[in-house]
Amino acid sequence: MTTAGPRQDRLAWGRAHRFAHSLTRPRGLAEARAALREGPRPVLALGCGRSYGDSCLNADGLLIETGGLDRFIAFDPSTGLLEAEAGVRLADVLATVCRPDADGSAWFPPVTPGTRWVSLGGALANDVHGKNHHRFGSFGRHVPRFTLLRGDGELLVCSARENEDLYRATIGGLGLTGLILSLRLQLRRVPGLMLVAEDIRFDGLDEFYALAAASEAGWEYTVAWIDCLARGRSLGRGIFSRANHVPGPVGETAPLANRLAVPLAPPFSPLNRLSLRLFNGLYFRKLGRKRRARRLTAYAPSLYPLDAIGNWNRLYGRRGFYQYQCVLPPENARDAVAELLGAIAAAGEGSFLSVLKTMGHARSPGLLSFPMPGTTLALDFPNRGASTLALLDWLDAITLAAGGRLYPAKDGRMSAKTFAAGYPELPRFRRSVDPAFSSSFWRRAAPAADPPAPAPSAPIPALEHS
Amino acid sequence: MTAPARKIAVLGATSAIAEACARAWAMQGASLFLAGRRADELAAVAQDLRVRGASEVAVWAGDLADPLRHADLLAELGAPDVVLLAWGTLTDQAKAEADPPYAARELATNFTAPAALLLAIAPRLAERRAGVIAVITSVAGDRGRQSNFVYGAAKGGLQRFLEGLRHRLHPSGVAVLDIRPGFVKTPMTAHLPRTGPLWAEPARVAEDIVRAVERRRAVLYTPWFWRWILLVVRTLPRPLFHRSRL
Repeated sequence: MTTAGPRQDRLAWGRAHRFAHSLTRPRGLAEARAALREGPRPVLALGCGRSYGDSCLNADGLLIETGGLDRFIAFDPSTGLLEAEAGVRLADVLATVCRPDADGSAWFPPVTPGTRWVSLGGALANDVHGKNHHRFGSFGRHVPRFTLLRGDGELLVCSARENEDLYRATIGGLGLTGLILSLRLQLRRVPGLMLVAEDIRFDGLDEFYALAAASEAGWEYTVAWIDCLARGRSLGRGIFSRANHVPGPVGETAPLANRLAVPLAPPFSPLNRLSLRLFNGLYFRKLGRKRRARRLTAYAPSLYPLDAIGNWNRLYGRRGFYQYQCVLPPENARDAVAELLGAIAAAGEGSFLSVLKTMGHARSPGLLSFPMPGTTLALDFPNRGASTLALLDWLDAITLAAGGRLYPAKDGRMSAKTFAAGYPELPRFRRSVDPAFSSSFWRRAAPAADPPAPAPSAPIPALEHS
Repeated sequence: MTAPARKIAVLGATSAIAEACARAWAMQGASLFLAGRRADELAAVAQDLRVRGASEVAVWAGDLADPLRHADLLAELGAPDVVLLAWGTLTDQAKAEADPPYAARELATNFTAPAALLLAIAPRLAERRAGVIAVITSVAGDRGRQSNFVYGAAKGGLQRFLEGLRHRLHPSGVAVLDIRPGFVKTPMTAHLPRTGPLWAEPARVAEDIVRAVERRRAVLYTPWFWRWILLVVRTLPRPLFHRSRL
């Protein structure tokens, strides 16, 4: 474990930001403490780097890679309570702990995002959600306890009872409250690792909402792909997918390596307007003339379709891409989604993968947690510079007007105003930020323009900074 | 109805490559014996391997580089099916040239101690007429080079030793595997600038080792391309070799 000089080879998943960092990769508590004591400031932990924008980057600062903190600590097969270091990946949990018993039943992550190549610490720091949000809420709800190493070297146990402020700030806290060293995750029991999955075509947003409402009670995983290039009468058409674990047959465990991978970023991205149109048109027709298809599948192709191609993000070429993910409250969601899709189609930008999902009412303890009741829409845009950024600003305006907010884990450009408007607990969160920690996202989206937490004895009027 | 768990001894178990191998064996349900210098590190590794599926994990803490401690280790070791010997230190060549006693200690850690321990372990496997002895040497042992010939001599000596041991154990059905990794991103190399396509992750190297043990291979270069790099290094004519900075 040594700090090498500044390097520019650590990119976030969107590959649109290129910053110089110092890097260090501690193993265990003692080395992590030494890194915090001796390394440059400010500091940020980096797990698998699957955040899309600059929330996992720390320009000109230190990145503590958690890949060396990757040991399991304990697992109780009678209760499903797992304790592991923060750098253990979901893929490791799936491959080791989530193996089926003789009857096919198994322990399984209660919440999993669309990729298994995320660290547990990263999942907590971004309070990730998945296709079962309507049933299980976000990741942080299933983490009863974790340990946090603060910048001054103090090691704290955080739970709903101990250090509750830090517990709530760290869940979804983007790594800004300190270094998450280890955590406990309550796994859930599933009857089998195979899924029964259905794909159903829908021709508009009203149909989508009807399908979502009809599926939420009986299906654990629901998500929809929408054709964001469809306009006019076809606006909001897509394919609704829902799945349940099935008891019995012993399903395949997801492998610990990719079979296919993109070796490097091509100079010209194959993902252009033409291939975008082709892909979306073809994908919509994948069900053929049927309106519905049903199949039995291993969980990996259903829960992690993009994991089949390692480093698929490189397909966007040297300039990378932006992901845009917002969540919109129920009363405005339908109209706002239509407006967002209309704006994208009008701009002629379009997204390869557009994902729509209704979120449930389970509340996360996290102060900066992204999920809330309503609908979330996620879109990928190749980075074409100013025109892409202008479109995204337009989308922000629609999201904010509808009372929605953006997902920091996906963001690389939202304004401080947009961030503050979406996260009313931001001032309270700010009090728990560790002074040694920061990120490029934090400096950009939450600059300390407002005065630091006022001392209770002498309130100081807020000053306007120009 | 399940077969008894395979017993695997990992000597130098807190080294990054060894730990990665132990993880793969734990997932297969092996019974593991871990030896290493630091008791607290070993305990953390043992916990991890239990969660990953090891049927049993035993631990011995002590200085493997000290042959006087080997009797104690051997008393606890039993007769494993597979032995992975993985300890070693990367010798600082400049320091070795300036400080010959340091060089002697390095040679003892990297050659004398492993050789002595292997001589004690080999008969146990030979008696049972089965098993694999796998030892991590290095591509540095393939030719003496000005940049690291003290380390290279220890590893090269170990390669010759294993060659002979393989010859000796051949009739008894014990395989001897000489593992020659190239540049691996481990704590041992953390002080070097580690960018470029030649650097491999420990998990990648471990995958090769576990497969080579299954197949009872004799010599393994890992990752694979080092075999061809070293072929060039070994066969480079001396006049050219002497002009290089290798």
